[in-house]
Amino acid sequence: MAEDYIIELKSITKTYDDNGFTAVEDFNLKVKRGEFVTFLGPSGCGKTTTLRMIAGFELPTSGEILLNGKNIAQLPPNKRPINTVFQRYALFPHMNIYENIAFGLKLKKLPADEIKKKVSHVLEMVDLEGFENRKVSTLSGGQQQRIAIARALVNEPEILLLDEPLGALDLKMRKEMQLELKNMHDKLGITFIYVTHDQEEALTMSDKIVVMSNGKTQQIGTPEDIYNEPKNAFVADFIGESNIFKGIMTGTKKVRFAGGEFECMDDVPEGTLVDVVVRPEDVIMTKKGEGIIDGKVTSVIFKGIHYEITVESGKNEMLIQSTKSATVGDTIGMTLEPDGIHIMIAEDHTTRFEAEIASDLTLTYSDHTIHCDLTKVIPGSKIKDGVLYDAQNEPVDIEKTKILVSIEPGDIELSDDEEAGLTSGRIVNLIYKGDHYSYVVRTIHGHDLIVDDEYLWNMDDQVGLILPEDKMTFAVKK
Amino acid sequence: MKKTFARKYLGIPYAVYLVLFVIAPLVVLFYYAFTNSTGHFTLANLAGFFTDSNTIGTLIYSLCLAMVVTVACLVIAYPIAYVLARSKFKSKAVIVMLFVMPMWINFTLRLTALKEILNLIEGNLAYYPFLNSVIGMTYDFLPFMILPLYNTIVKLDGSLIEAAQDLGAGRRQTFFKITVPLSMPGVISGVSMVFLPAMTNYVVNDMLYNSTYIMGSLIGSYFSAYDWHNGSMIALILLAIIGVFTLLSGESEEDGRRGGALL
Repeated sequence: MAEDYIIELKSITKTYDDNGFTAVEDFNLKVKRGEFVTFLGPSGCGKTTTLRMIAGFELPTSGEILLNGKNIAQLPPNKRPINTVFQRYALFPHMNIYENIAFGLKLKKLPADEIKKKVSHVLEMVDLEGFENRKVSTLSGGQQQRIAIARALVNEPEILLLDEPLGALDLKMRKEMQLELKNMHDKLGITFIYVTHDQEEALTMSDKIVVMSNGKTQQIGTPEDIYNEPKNAFVADFIGESNIFKGIMTGTKKVRFAGGEFECMDDVPEGTLVDVVVRPEDVIMTKKGEGIIDGKVTSVIFKGIHYEITVESGKNEMLIQSTKSATVGDTIGMTLEPDGIHIMIAEDHTTRFEAEIASDLTLTYSDHTIHCDLTKVIPGSKIKDGVLYDAQNEPVDIEKTKILVSIEPGDIELSDDEEAGLTSGRIVNLIYKGDHYSYVVRTIHGHDLIVDDEYLWNMDDQVGLILPEDKMTFAVKK
Repeated sequence: MKKTFARKYLGIPYAVYLVLFVIAPLVVLFYYAFTNSTGHFTLANLAGFFTDSNTIGTLIYSLCLAMVVTVACLVIAYPIAYVLARSKFKSKAVIVMLFVMPMWINFTLRLTALKEILNLIEGNLAYYPFLNSVIGMTYDFLPFMILPLYNTIVKLDGSLIEAAQDLGAGRRQTFFKITVPLSMPGVISGVSMVFLPAMTNYVVNDMLYNSTYIMGSLIGSYFSAYDWHNGSMIALILLAIIGVFTLLSGESEEDGRRGGALL
């Protein structure tokens, strides 16, 4: 039933005309009336853009935004019953507090005494009674934030949008405001859509979290779902601390990773390649040889309520949080309960691209030449006098035939020299997977490649991508 | 201890400069304004200014001219500055430069060219002396209005505009309730950079054959007749007018809270 949802986003995509950058891709979301929804993700993941499209500051390239079942995607912001709390408050410096809060009400031409009543009521709500005649510049950051919230709430919007509203506050203030916002939400029953990059904030406050990365939704769920059952390695890595390993299913509810075979809860067919997530607090330390795997303790840090212990096991590294301490240099055993292992079917990270056949029967991709034996790619074909004939002895139309090249993440090499390989790009994401790093490299053409590399590169590093020809597989594109 | 001492010396050139080029001329100005040709103290120059219908007439004429020129500049410059500042065009600095570029051409040359054009249109410049002065000065001073306005509007926090729209203001309401009040510092510095020269810059008048005196020409005429005393008094009165104006605009700028719109 559509009526259950106050707002519905249907395959929203935002591509910027000037640089062709896609900020948000195929975003789908249904928000129930009165829900507290948080968009969570690293900066540049498209969460703010999505919020701005709901507010009306930006128009989606395609898709629908249904407010109470009516498409508002193309409506200007002043025609939407939605108000925003801005990241840097955006209070009008030439007006006092009263005028700031009354701004929206005056535009609605409400009688003066009603405006006055509403303003003092909302000031009471944010605990700033009697601030009517103060100037904006005399207020502290926290007070300005409350005024910004009051200014939005006084209009009684159907949805309140909050764009990292606590980002500019110090830690203590932020914690206080988190609680206050949550209380306000419970009391008012207004739908809140909240944007943050702070996972703890999202987990504390939300009814529903939308985890985003690189313009795409990674997972939508309750805080518990997202923490306990992350859908993929990105979500697991972003929410809380986690150990992520590559693994393979070795039997019914059995998985092999990090050099040991463990029992798990997820029933995934044998032989499936999986990503395994282990939360640091779920690792149980045992005496040497009594666990499933052994490892050497390399560091122990006291964190107040627990110890953070790093253990090296073969090529893998395991992070453990425990109230028990360990001694650096000792070899210990480690084991896991089945419910401490989260299995995610590994996504297909193979890089595929289309290459053209040049007249000398080599392949070209963005001005680079790739050598490949086309007679092996096209079954039954042969080359005679520099012309390629297919199995029926007809010359192959090399201009129309495209070759699909694929290469595995582990076979791509990264290089400091941007000119070194077939293409180059910028590292937009990285996840540590026990014995190697998994990188997302956005190429200069705007494609995202997954590259596994055992060396550590940094976010935003510019790298050359070397794709060894002997590791490539070729197929004719149909 | 030694460091602060050394730093103090850095101020000496500025102090010397101030004394030589600001305080000394002012003292001389005061001296001449309040003395007569025999060197005795007198208020006759001051009284003379306010009793002479010619000088009062010139003052009123100058004020009128300056006001019309300032309003004309503002009316022309604001839309230009606004459109330039709010446009998404990448090289807007280049376009701003295009408007400012005439400043790089010698202004007598510019005025001569303008004179020929006006002559062509009007037949004889003598028909519309006031209008010609307004056109000449507006043309000449426009960049001084555009630049501070552009600088203020371009620095306007875009989220304030968005906040206004978010709270239900349409484009027109946003413009008049947010953009205009917040660009007041730019308006004030633009106005003070146009209004004051427009009262005194008599070269434009001379070149466009407007024989009516403005304040500048009045001072010039006294000085060229070696009457330093009356000339100084008029200069002093102008200074007082300018002072009052700056004081007023300074105060309202404080109200606007955001300063720094000057060139």
